[in-house]
Amino acid sequence: MRRCPVLLFLAWAGFLFLAGLWLFASGFLLLRVELPQRSACSPSPAPAAALAVGSCWLPRRFARAVLVLVDALAFEFARFEVARPRPRPYENKLGALHHLAATQPHHARLYRFRADPPTTTMQRIKGLTTGSLPTFVDVGSNFASYAIREDNLLAQLMHNGRRVVFMGDDTWDGLFPKMFSRSYFFPSFNVKDLHTVDDGILQHLYTTVDGGDWDLLIAHFLGVDHCGHKHGPDHPEMAKKLTQMNEMISSLVDHLENDTLLLVAGDHGMTDTGDHGGDSEKEVNAALFVYSKMPLFRAGPPEEPETVPQVNLVPTLALLLGVPIPYSSIGEVMADLFEGDGDAVTAALSQLAAYHVNAKQVDRFLDSYALAAQDLPGNRLQQLKELFTAATEEHAQLLAQVQEGLPALPELEAQLGRLRSHFQHYLREARAVCTASWARFHPFRMVAGCTLIAASCLLCYIASELTNALDFYRHCFYSLFGGLLAAAIFGWAHGDLDPILVASWVAAASQLGFFWHWWSQRPRRVHLASVRPPVASMGLWQRLRAWLGPALPLGILALRCGAMFSDSFVIAESRVVPFLLASLVMLWVGKLHWDGQLSTPPDAPKHPPGSFSCHKESRPLLGLLAALLVCLRLSSLFHQCRDEVLHCQPSPCLAPLSSLRSPQAKNLCYLLCVASLVGLVYAVRRWLRHYGNLNSTSPLVLFVRWGFPLTAFCIACYWAVTSGTEDTLGKLQELVQAALVAFPRAVYGLVAVGLLLVLWKPVTVFAQDNRAAAGPIVTPYQGAPSSQADLLHVISQIYRRMQESLNSRLEGGSRWAAVAAYGLGSVYSAALIITLTLLGFFLLLLHSERMSLSFLLLFLEAFILLRLHVSAMSLAGEAESFVVSWNAVIAWVLATAQFFYSTGHQPIFPAIHWNAAFVGFHEDHATHLVPALLVAANTFASHILFAGSWLPPAPALAVPVRDTQLPVEEAEEGPSG
Amino acid sequence: MKDTEIKKLLFAHIFCVVSIILSTLIPAFFLENFSVLGTHLTWLCICSACVTTVNVFLYIIVKPNPSSKRSSFAHKISRFLKCCIYFFMSCIVFHGIIVLYGAPLIESVLETFLFAVLLSTFTTLNCLCMLGPNIQAWIKVFSKNGAMSIWDNSLQITTMCSIVGAWLGAFPIPLDWDRPWQVWPISCSLGATFGYVAGLIIAPLWIYWNRKQLTYKSR
Repeated sequence: MRRCPVLLFLAWAGFLFLAGLWLFASGFLLLRVELPQRSACSPSPAPAAALAVGSCWLPRRFARAVLVLVDALAFEFARFEVARPRPRPYENKLGALHHLAATQPHHARLYRFRADPPTTTMQRIKGLTTGSLPTFVDVGSNFASYAIREDNLLAQLMHNGRRVVFMGDDTWDGLFPKMFSRSYFFPSFNVKDLHTVDDGILQHLYTTVDGGDWDLLIAHFLGVDHCGHKHGPDHPEMAKKLTQMNEMISSLVDHLENDTLLLVAGDHGMTDTGDHGGDSEKEVNAALFVYSKMPLFRAGPPEEPETVPQVNLVPTLALLLGVPIPYSSIGEVMADLFEGDGDAVTAALSQLAAYHVNAKQVDRFLDSYALAAQDLPGNRLQQLKELFTAATEEHAQLLAQVQEGLPALPELEAQLGRLRSHFQHYLREARAVCTASWARFHPFRMVAGCTLIAASCLLCYIASELTNALDFYRHCFYSLFGGLLAAAIFGWAHGDLDPILVASWVAAASQLGFFWHWWSQRPRRVHLASVRPPVASMGLWQRLRAWLGPALPLGILALRCGAMFSDSFVIAESRVVPFLLASLVMLWVGKLHWDGQLSTPPDAPKHPPGSFSCHKESRPLLGLLAALLVCLRLSSLFHQCRDEVLHCQPSPCLAPLSSLRSPQAKNLCYLLCVASLVGLVYAVRRWLRHYGNLNSTSPLVLFVRWGFPLTAFCIACYWAVTSGTEDTLGKLQELVQAALVAFPRAVYGLVAVGLLLVLWKPVTVFAQDNRAAAGPIVTPYQGAPSSQADLLHVISQIYRRMQESLNSRLEGGSRWAAVAAYGLGSVYSAALIITLTLLGFFLLLLHSERMSLSFLLLFLEAFILLRLHVSAMSLAGEAESFVVSWNAVIAWVLATAQFFYSTGHQPIFPAIHWNAAFVGFHEDHATHLVPALLVAANTFASHILFAGSWLPPAPALAVPVRDTQLPVEEAEEGPSG
Repeated sequence: MKDTEIKKLLFAHIFCVVSIILSTLIPAFFLENFSVLGTHLTWLCICSACVTTVNVFLYIIVKPNPSSKRSSFAHKISRFLKCCIYFFMSCIVFHGIIVLYGAPLIESVLETFLFAVLLSTFTTLNCLCMLGPNIQAWIKVFSKNGAMSIWDNSLQITTMCSIVGAWLGAFPIPLDWDRPWQVWPISCSLGATFGYVAGLIIAPLWIYWNRKQLTYKSR
């Protein structure tokens, strides 16, 4: 009866956490679906009459372009005000831009360049080339590498036979592999290094520009950004860096030819502390400067520089260079650059042509996106479609009118202006719809999600204090009732339902129900408690003392949670967690000593007063502590690296054995791995045998006796096959291929069988019935018929029988006959140990061979922690053995996190062990379910093995280790019946 | 009686604090380029030596726990040698614990060892002075009801404060502030020193505050 409400409660608690997490993620993890389609030169979305060779969609205006990306070039840096009284280090440094814009107003212009959040360099590079709004998680991208799969400007140029030369930040190498005809990459990761990238670029820039074998040249300078990170913008170093950029621009202008367009742009801005990444005004305000030796603009510059969204660069540059606009671009062409040098009407008409092509392309993209994903709201898309149809129809009419004969000039101009604003309106609306969905955090959702999770934690804490089954029933009933009510109200109030919102409302309402019920129960309990005199008279100091017990471990937990709010600590988490775990365990043992539980009381009769002696448990306890610390330190040998950490070498044990060159080393490692595997199996069997769990003949015991070694053998064989090189087994190639699949599958099968057996008959207790046989008292004599022999046989039997009955009566009543049960002391833990060993085999198979050492450490550490918990409890004299202390729980949690890192994982996408998906499966999978399960099992191996369920039955391990000299089978006498 | 003891304790502690402050200031006059952060190893050596001298000096003057009746010269020598061995052992043990807590194993061994020496000076040396080379007595003092005199109480407080200070000193290491004091083991040794100084100051105050509650069993 008790099982049902507890299970229900656990499921509900799980749902609460999931709902909170989901709500948070929906606000924080911006999500977008990548489309695989690419634009092609023909058919053009808006067929034009005649195009020159080398132009797609629109006649090209420039043969070549130079894009100078100055990382973190904020608008404030580029702006030049002569009348500034005392310029700061970053102000008035780019005089070249000002000079060009002032002397040649029709050739040069400065814009405010608005970046979209997230303002991190990689996302901005993606945005500047695809014309879209990249999010942190782009669904469809390949997680293992960062390469851009979407259609982008560089891909378009390459497909249309243009040559792209790149120099600078080597992030581009990962994003655009093999797209450059020539490239000079320089390492970008060291933020302290201000000059390597910039000096490298300057060495090649002018010669490349003069060389002429390029169509687009991209130079990505990093010095300004690094200077911001290192010193902040308001620093003399920044002045030097900007002056260097200024000189670079002015000499670059001298090297340019007439048909070349120069763009100087910043990918994002910079806060006052020199950081970027968020969506504050200073971070999103970058600068864009356009220059050409041909006249670009008909009108002079406006008073205040115009603001251009960053995505607008892509369609503009594409059409100016005569290549198709990338498929997923949602930018709007910068109309100023398409005016040409004819009269006003021709200029307006060519602008309209560019707008028309652009609108068609955006419309095509929105249609495809709406088919692929549902995250853009349907009614807004409908409105956009109407705007688009109206504008294109108007455009077609206008073109027809123009062909028939020009209408009167003022009327025509008015019409042109109206149409242009219609197109602009459409494009801006489209971008706004996309931005709302892809590039906007929802702080409210994030806060609400965090609140839900925090409330769920509180709820779990309260529930852990409730032990009564009746309480569980009531609480679950109230909360579920509240949740369903909320769902009903919400469903009735709103027509269309967002599953995230529904889930979180249900969660919140059911939590409210729970808390309300709990609160209404509370006063009675307090009242009852206050009746008892000792509690009432307890002083504040004692109450504080009572609180201090869980305060220490909870403080450690709070430290770990607090570390999540600092990015440095998040990066260093793999070192922080073992540190905290070691501290916690030291504190635990230290506190036991401080409370005097490790020493026998001095007034014990055996010792003279004042003398001191150690408790008999204290020595093994210290040994356990030392062993745990050594385990912790050794497990750090198996760490993977994060790419933020400089000078980090990943553990050599992460590579598969087949990557080892020398045969001796390989054999040695292989033997070591097999030895650790055998050690694991041996230790488990030895433990089970010691506590008498291997005596019965139930199928599970048989499986442990024979199935465990067999599984280990299969794993060892699989390792042997995978670690061999391809060519050594030339003839046996097919056999090897078969073995590569067969051995893991055999292990999967054995593990599944074992788990099913555990589920079916988990008890490994062997009960031996010692009661006398219920048959006749005297067995008939079957020898040769001789009265003497018969008599002797019968007399001896009767005598023995009488003796037995007398004995049993003396011992306390003949009704209780003796039954020996083997393995009763470990009845809970045996089943768990068998399950965990089976899971361990499965997870071990998914990791690389040498991780078996780490798994051995994991089992050892878990065992040590449980032993510590048990001895601490027996020392504290806990009467109720199923109580778990906070120390144990938090040590367990920390050990989980520690072995997440020690099994070679890191919480970053490139660190996922993808090859786990192909253990036992040779070719591609039919569905995504199996590989997803395998990779998830690999990633969360530590969390699976360290599930909290080990802790309550740990006291079953309490049969102390020092009893090894006792007979191997521990028999417990119990009443029959 | 008690008040005079507390006064004695206070003066002894003030003397220790002053010695630590001087150990950071005085060497700058004799050594070129001396600074706590720049030439940290030198400072570690000087500070350890200074604290050791002051503690031994104070022990000889104050004699908090009158030692046993036997005081032959040979006995004193063997006691002294034992103390030296214990001190060295404690340095090794501290080094081991620091490495087990995550300090680099091979690189910067010297730094780690000197840090262990500093920690030993702050903790083990005091124990040696107060209680003599008798581990049983040490273990007994560091339990809830183990303190036999205000000197034992002050020993408890200073030792724990130094260790907690060293532990807290490890926290800024992963931060990306790029300060010179974030380098191993500077933050930890500074933390230990601050902890020790704090302990020296807190101990007499705490004992004075709680002098009514503190009752000691006779030895």
